[in-house]
Amino acid sequence: MSCLQTIWDYGLRAVGIGERLLPRSDFTLCEQFTLIGSGMIWNVYFGFMALCTGFFLATAIAVAKGLPNPWLRKPAEWFIFLFRGSPLFIQFFFAYFLFLSLKGVHPVFDPFTAAWLGALIVLFLNTAAYSAQIFHGALQSIPKGEVEAADAYGLSGWSRFRRVVFPTMLRLAWPAYTNEAIFLFHATTLVYFSGFPAWQQRGDALYYASYFADKTFNPFIPYPILAMYFILLTLVVIGVFGLVNARLNRHLPANTRQKLRVRPNLIR
Amino acid sequence: MFSYCTEPDTLATLWWMSCYLTTGVHFSFYYSFLKVLGILAVTAPVALAFGFGGAMAARSSVLPLSWLGKGYIAVVRGVPDIAFFLFFVIALDQGFEWLRHQALCPDWTDAIRQGNDFLVCPQAKLPLGTAPQVVHQTYAFGLAVITFALVFGAFAANVIFGAMRAVPKAQLETAEAYGMSPRQTFWRVLVPQMWVFALPGLSNLWQVLIKATPLLFLLGIEDVVYWARELGGTKTARFTDYPHGDWRMWYFLALLVFYLFMTWGSEKILARIMAHLTHGQATSGGEAQRKGAAV
Repeated sequence: MSCLQTIWDYGLRAVGIGERLLPRSDFTLCEQFTLIGSGMIWNVYFGFMALCTGFFLATAIAVAKGLPNPWLRKPAEWFIFLFRGSPLFIQFFFAYFLFLSLKGVHPVFDPFTAAWLGALIVLFLNTAAYSAQIFHGALQSIPKGEVEAADAYGLSGWSRFRRVVFPTMLRLAWPAYTNEAIFLFHATTLVYFSGFPAWQQRGDALYYASYFADKTFNPFIPYPILAMYFILLTLVVIGVFGLVNARLNRHLPANTRQKLRVRPNLIR
Repeated sequence: MFSYCTEPDTLATLWWMSCYLTTGVHFSFYYSFLKVLGILAVTAPVALAFGFGGAMAARSSVLPLSWLGKGYIAVVRGVPDIAFFLFFVIALDQGFEWLRHQALCPDWTDAIRQGNDFLVCPQAKLPLGTAPQVVHQTYAFGLAVITFALVFGAFAANVIFGAMRAVPKAQLETAEAYGMSPRQTFWRVLVPQMWVFALPGLSNLWQVLIKATPLLFLLGIEDVVYWARELGGTKTARFTDYPHGDWRMWYFLALLVFYLFMTWGSEKILARIMAHLTHGQATSGGEAQRKGAAV
């Protein structure tokens, strides 16, 4: 079987298109590359969707955490503490079994026990908490003069936030937020190891990598392949976030611009 | 455990609970919490030592040693950590067995990798096939500790390497001007001053280490996650005196609370250590402390 045929059969296996049975013996390099790569679809899906949705909740919570009103501030602080203080792995387990119990109460909760929605919700809340902490730090370090200047121009409330506070917050938070995005993509590998079932063996990249490692007793091929894919993904994330960073800092003279300092990879 | 526990299904809820939570398997569950604390207590110093070694190697003026240190720091970045955990456990196991194989069975001619199998001679198996169950468990735990230490050692090396570079140059130059040798400068000036710069990163790492302990489950250890899944699952009256529905949600809620307390507590303690280390340092924190004391 040629490699093209393998890619045709297994390239979209992770989303259920193509050959139904996974290869069982005589694993070729091409099969490992194709299946692990196909699993990356899920990692990208989880990471991308959680980032896009989490961003808005994070902004709201970061603002709420900086407010003097305790009715808004305390819940925000608790939310951040809850999700940053406990392991994501346990959060996945808890959420899965919570949804499983709710499923017994009402069939509305059926899709929540599937990874594509249930795990996504956990990742969404988790990244919202981590990002909110980053954004909160950035809000605290907005130069006083900028806000005073906004006041002097008669801006207040929403327009001050949208035109002055928010852009500066993003600019200051962006390097740390880039790290958070990289973490999040790495954290997506936990999904299928934490209760959420890989229905019909449709799993993410690590799911397939460990499948091969289990079958061949040889970790030295699938895990480096996985590592390669993730390094590529990390580079793409850094590239995209670097473009946004350049745009956020475009008004600054070149020598005072904040460089992206990437310090990826710490477990959450 | 208690004397009234002989007929559990006749008891009122509260008494039933007190019996249920003190069954033998529950003590295994509580014991697994000690395992978590144990792995923290063992891994943290070992990882710190690895990190210190890695940072020293990366700073070394001997080029290959410096490459080794920098490579160690760099190799663990950019890749999901649980991939490392899954990888190292098998790789270390096979590495040890291979080394023993080379030493113990020099006249073994068959290939070690035969298709999908990894075969070493029976004497080289780790632990030996005849060893008791306890040895197998201890070996698995030891492998897990080494894996954790290797991964977190790289993170710690990264933090310590940064902290060593953050110590003001003038301090080191002064030490040289006083006639200290490079070794003395390193141990007497650089290392004592480095900790205050390293502590924020290291305390972050400690929190991360706490939150990484549930991953022990993936390494095949009977840890808190394992027991929470075991005990929480639906139990029917046929197999146990304490039948109940699917309680896994509540067990994991308990784990969640346990970890929240762990991170909350260590945050408090680390803040104290930081205040202690900041004392008398030429940093903005130290300056703030000095002014606070003066008022």
